[in-house]
Amino acid sequence: MNTLEVTKDAPQATLEEKAKTRKISGSQAVLEALIAEGADTIFGYPGGAIMPIYDALYDYNDRLKHILVRHEQGGIHAAQGYARTSGKTGVVFATSGPGATNLVTGLADAMIDSNPLVCVTGQVFAHLLGTDAFQETDVINITTPVTKWNYQVTDACEIPAAIAKAFYIASTGRPGPVLIDITKNAQLQLFDYEGYTSCNHVRSYRPAPIIRKEYIAQAAELINQAKKPFVLFGQGVILGKAEQEFKAFIEKTGIPAAWTIMGLSALPTEHPLNVGMLGMHGNYAPNVLTNECDVLIAIGMRFDDRVTGRLDKYAKQAKIIHLDIDPAEIDKNVKATVPVWGDCKETLPLLTELVQANQHQEWLEKFRTLEQEEVKEVINSELQPEEGEMTMGEVINILNELTHDDAVFVTDVGQHQMVACRYARFKQSKSNVTSGGLGTMGFGLPAAIGAWYGAPERNVIAIIGDGGIQMTIQELGTIMQFGAKVKILILNNQFLGMVRQWQQLFHDKRYSFVNITSPDYVAVAKGYYIPGKRVDQRAQLREALQEMLDHDGAYLLEVMVGKENNVFPMVPQGSSVSEIRLK
Amino acid sequence: MEKQEYTITVYTENSIGMITRIAIIFSRRKINIESLNTSPSEVHGIHRFTIVITESEEVVRKLCRQIEKQVEVLKTYYNTNDEVIWQEQALYKVPTSIVTEKAPIERLLREYGAHAVVIRNDYTVFETAGHREEIDKLTEALAEYNLIEFVRSARIAIIKDSEGFHKKLKQFEQAEPAEEVVENEYLNKQDKVFTM
Repeated sequence: MNTLEVTKDAPQATLEEKAKTRKISGSQAVLEALIAEGADTIFGYPGGAIMPIYDALYDYNDRLKHILVRHEQGGIHAAQGYARTSGKTGVVFATSGPGATNLVTGLADAMIDSNPLVCVTGQVFAHLLGTDAFQETDVINITTPVTKWNYQVTDACEIPAAIAKAFYIASTGRPGPVLIDITKNAQLQLFDYEGYTSCNHVRSYRPAPIIRKEYIAQAAELINQAKKPFVLFGQGVILGKAEQEFKAFIEKTGIPAAWTIMGLSALPTEHPLNVGMLGMHGNYAPNVLTNECDVLIAIGMRFDDRVTGRLDKYAKQAKIIHLDIDPAEIDKNVKATVPVWGDCKETLPLLTELVQANQHQEWLEKFRTLEQEEVKEVINSELQPEEGEMTMGEVINILNELTHDDAVFVTDVGQHQMVACRYARFKQSKSNVTSGGLGTMGFGLPAAIGAWYGAPERNVIAIIGDGGIQMTIQELGTIMQFGAKVKILILNNQFLGMVRQWQQLFHDKRYSFVNITSPDYVAVAKGYYIPGKRVDQRAQLREALQEMLDHDGAYLLEVMVGKENNVFPMVPQGSSVSEIRLK
Repeated sequence: MEKQEYTITVYTENSIGMITRIAIIFSRRKINIESLNTSPSEVHGIHRFTIVITESEEVVRKLCRQIEKQVEVLKTYYNTNDEVIWQEQALYKVPTSIVTEKAPIERLLREYGAHAVVIRNDYTVFETAGHREEIDKLTEALAEYNLIEFVRSARIAIIKDSEGFHKKLKQFEQAEPAEEVVENEYLNKQDKVFTM
């Protein structure tokens, strides 16, 4: 863009117009844009190529809170946690080269789990691009597969529009991470700033497809005729802020509803139509009855392979109605009989209007009967073991009780994640933060920090295994410095438990490199001035959890649980969902 | 489902990095792009990709949805060979002495409708356009006559039934003109900038 030419051809500016423009730097323009977009918290880490932005930030300290993380991966996971509990777009700063490449895992995680993020990376001077300059990496090309959109800025004049577009794209339609790479010269460059205009339209981008009323009518018809309808819901309900619309729909139709782990907390646990969790370690009834329902209504979920198991034996008897905002999800894994493209905030009320009020008591009873079987075979011994080693389930169970089902649970990845998702009880939406699609170990601690900044009034509990905590344990430093009141609950089974479980069940118990050892976590926490405790007796558990919750500030509690406990039920890989094993 | 040749036509913004964004949708699935052409479309500011792959319709349909999902993609079509009119172009460099001395060459060139583009003492360059098979046949035939160099272009294709979108494209561009592409204007100014 040649700004000189633009001003030359433009009509003479009036005095008033001249007063409107002022010269600011590209860096200032970045921060002005963030403020205009309502961003209040940045998770970041400075470095050479982003120094001009950090220099400008020095003067914006009163308007923008910057949390200095201990690693860029921690920064982006924190921004994800923030986005998930606040419903707003998370913001990340990182420098060029290693700073930017450290974001890649978080970008991939945010991409697959649809988290709205705007990442700003510094880049070497524009004239050095492609010269293997110090800390130069081809960030745009590295991040292309893991961003919804990315853009490199080489001229400061582009900054306001690029950031506006970034926020718009990140947060609309199916949300996702956006990365803006800004060369150092553009950060330093002074330009005529005409104020910030937010973006609400990109001509080539249609955030939500046009709603086709005829498909809604067809869907309603199928639902009205169904004898055994079954609803599956995912994060789309939360992202669409459609929890009420969703509840109204299932309540009118009386259809039992099961959730994916990304959809968890969109419907209160207590709701009589909530029949539990789908997928590999989900509940017994929803998995078995997937292959018995006659109409399957999937809402804002994408039929991940961990949900469907073997596709050629998945709900073959059922007519499928698929509501999704992303047309690429329709027919991707499971063929839809009736596709309902659109934002479920809009499509659900249209559908609710057309469906008849109904009840499916007998059908619902089936879920409850199978649930009893699961309670007897699995849940009782997991939640209320009378003797032997402590179980992860009993920890979660007491935690539910002590937090009155109203905490935010942030999990890492592995056995503890499955147990936490299975047994957590929630009253309100946006209460469960987990790495669903990517399964990123190390997500938990930094995401919990961000989750707390996104909802500081809530009780944020990070539930992490002894493997995952060691992947991003450096973020204890972030907590130490900025005081996020995160409770860190380490469920230590002295193994990489999920891999061990698979090795036990499918690899003849050949435990190959899963016996991970742990440092003295309480001592580590103490080193970061975070109080903590370790518990290995059932008798101390409740009191220890209470102490953790009562502490005004961050706290680390390590609970020693059974070494070789397995998560059940389980749909073995390559099996149909209805072949789910209770033991 | 049977695999067959599909021509994928993608209308995009003219923005830097589009080739990567589109190419990785194929490479991610280990699908080989047989031919890729990018060019301006009939509408100012809108680019057109023509991609040829051999796959089943189901896979192609999913690919197209994922291409269309890209922020800067306007529209994606896929067509079988009987739904498009397509051409590829080829250039052949042959020693001029052979062209003047060997009679079958002239016959060959006539048969395939090849034209001389450049005639020099040492070599002659011929050009022809057509379907892949025809070009391949001519290449094979010329190989026997000291073919020095050969290059074939990507496929370009016109969708037989595409008037509808042309109108939409026109309206689209009229309603809101394309943004200008900002290129890096500093690459040749290395000596004049102080950096650290």
